[in-house]
Amino acid sequence: MRRGWSNTAIGIALLAVMLFPVYWMVNVSLQPSGSAVATPWFPVNLSFEGYVTALTQQGSHLLTSLVVAAGTVVFSVAVAAPAAFALAHFKVRGANVVLFAVLISQMVPGIVIANALYSAYTELGLLNSVGGLILADSTHGIPFAILVMRAFMSTVPAEVVEAARVDGAGQIRTFVSVVLPMSRNALITAALFTFLFTWSDFLFALTLTTTEDVRPVTLGLFTYIGTYVNDWSAVMATAVLASIPAFVLLLVAQRFVAAGVTSGAVK
Amino acid sequence: MAEGMSLALPRQATTTAWWSPRRRERLLQLAFLVPAGLYLVAFFGYPLAQNIVMGFQEYTTATFYTGEAPWVGLANYVDVATSAVFGTAVLNTALFTIGSIAGQFGIGLAVALFFRHRFPLSGVLRSLLLLPWLIPLIVSGAVWRWILDQDNGVLNTVLGSLLGGLHPGWLTSTSVALVAVVLVNIWVGIPFNTTILYGGLQDIPQELYEAAALDGATGWRAFRHVTWPLLRPVVTVVLVLGVVYTLKVLDIILGLTGGGPANATQTLATQSYHLSFQEFDFGRGAAMGNILIAISFVFALLYLRVARRADAS
Repeated sequence: MRRGWSNTAIGIALLAVMLFPVYWMVNVSLQPSGSAVATPWFPVNLSFEGYVTALTQQGSHLLTSLVVAAGTVVFSVAVAAPAAFALAHFKVRGANVVLFAVLISQMVPGIVIANALYSAYTELGLLNSVGGLILADSTHGIPFAILVMRAFMSTVPAEVVEAARVDGAGQIRTFVSVVLPMSRNALITAALFTFLFTWSDFLFALTLTTTEDVRPVTLGLFTYIGTYVNDWSAVMATAVLASIPAFVLLLVAQRFVAAGVTSGAVK
Repeated sequence: MAEGMSLALPRQATTTAWWSPRRRERLLQLAFLVPAGLYLVAFFGYPLAQNIVMGFQEYTTATFYTGEAPWVGLANYVDVATSAVFGTAVLNTALFTIGSIAGQFGIGLAVALFFRHRFPLSGVLRSLLLLPWLIPLIVSGAVWRWILDQDNGVLNTVLGSLLGGLHPGWLTSTSVALVAVVLVNIWVGIPFNTTILYGGLQDIPQELYEAAALDGATGWRAFRHVTWPLLRPVVTVVLVLGVVYTLKVLDIILGLTGGGPANATQTLATQSYHLSFQEFDFGRGAAMGNILIAISFVFALLYLRVARRADAS
């Protein structure tokens, strides 16, 4: 037992080092603004000025991120769930091709996609649009969601699916009222991570928007630090606000996180 | 069985009415795959093909007005490969990838082995460790940028008080900027490596260690003869995926240094971004991107071979 607690001490020390940057972000965000000099170790002069500035200047960007991320979750899961079911349970020609494409797609650099989408979006009028970002961000969501849900749906016994068919349920009925409810956890994992990936997206925000009309908070933060920074507390307050989904995921949806990471979740 | 038959008799299938139950069933099954198939074609297939075409074209902002993108053969590739930055970018990409992977994997494995010991709070600590991986990369970039600030950053404050006078410009000096960017990327990657390797370690049966201990193999020898051989498949997947994902890293570098100072942290990925979206020379940007893909592809093939072997076992 003593050995156990000494390991706990080492673990806490390790975590303190690893999470120091996160602490520092919170610490700086709570400092009075306008101090470009070295930051004190603790927010003794607690101040929320940084958050006030961040919310006034970046509030609409946070909202954009939320809308884009929510839209991407709905679109990605809607496209991925039927495909995952088909890959897990049907022996259709073309299934292998789709699975191969999903695996390969994870290797394609985002900049290559952005490079081609920029010209296509210019012609289609999708630059600076929420819809355009949702479609592009789904490149993070759809392959991942297919892999997570397929892995889970193949554990749904074929007999269960067949029993539903025997009872007279059509292909679609079986999927919607038998398979989907059974795959709830996989759906939640896929949705949570798609949300997180999209919320974190920076590359498509950077390349597929050219005006301030539709600007996710990641790009807002980048433009903040792109110029000379004289108010780090506002920058760090924005950073904290942009990290809220990560905090929430870790605190509230803990049990889905490990599942997501191990089933091929890779940024 | 029924599916096998309809596959074997295509001629008969085409002569039956289009609404025959079996045919209808197969079409319905295919319909489950169609949305995903179309999406993959439009958002991965099309960009890949389009980049290959653009790589042979003079594709600039003018193209958007005139609609013309003259064919230039290999000129983009020649320009890109003979430019002064190219050698630097290749070298930086290699150093960035090797440095990041070595650090992430080495530390990740050490941390995973440490967490194998069951101790109070280990589960909570292990999950909190994921935080650096979950927060947006551009947020990490912003935070580290302030930590590494030459004059007011907390790192130099500490270094200065410990070893007075030491005051490196982490992100502004050409000789250390790449090291700083690699260190930050290692920090980002440790949680992922730890989690996957920890999962692999958990799959090694405890009895094997007990048997090894009876034969006198404990500690390092147990690691060498039990842990390492059984962890090998997971290690390969982690390393190959690590390489493929590190090659295309963009957010962290753009957030920290933007490829500077004086191209000291320019990689193939940042250079492709620079050519396309800062110089608006999409043809050369595409050429650079295609070179990056060619390199990733070698590792992708390796990954697929590994994945298939893992699937088979």
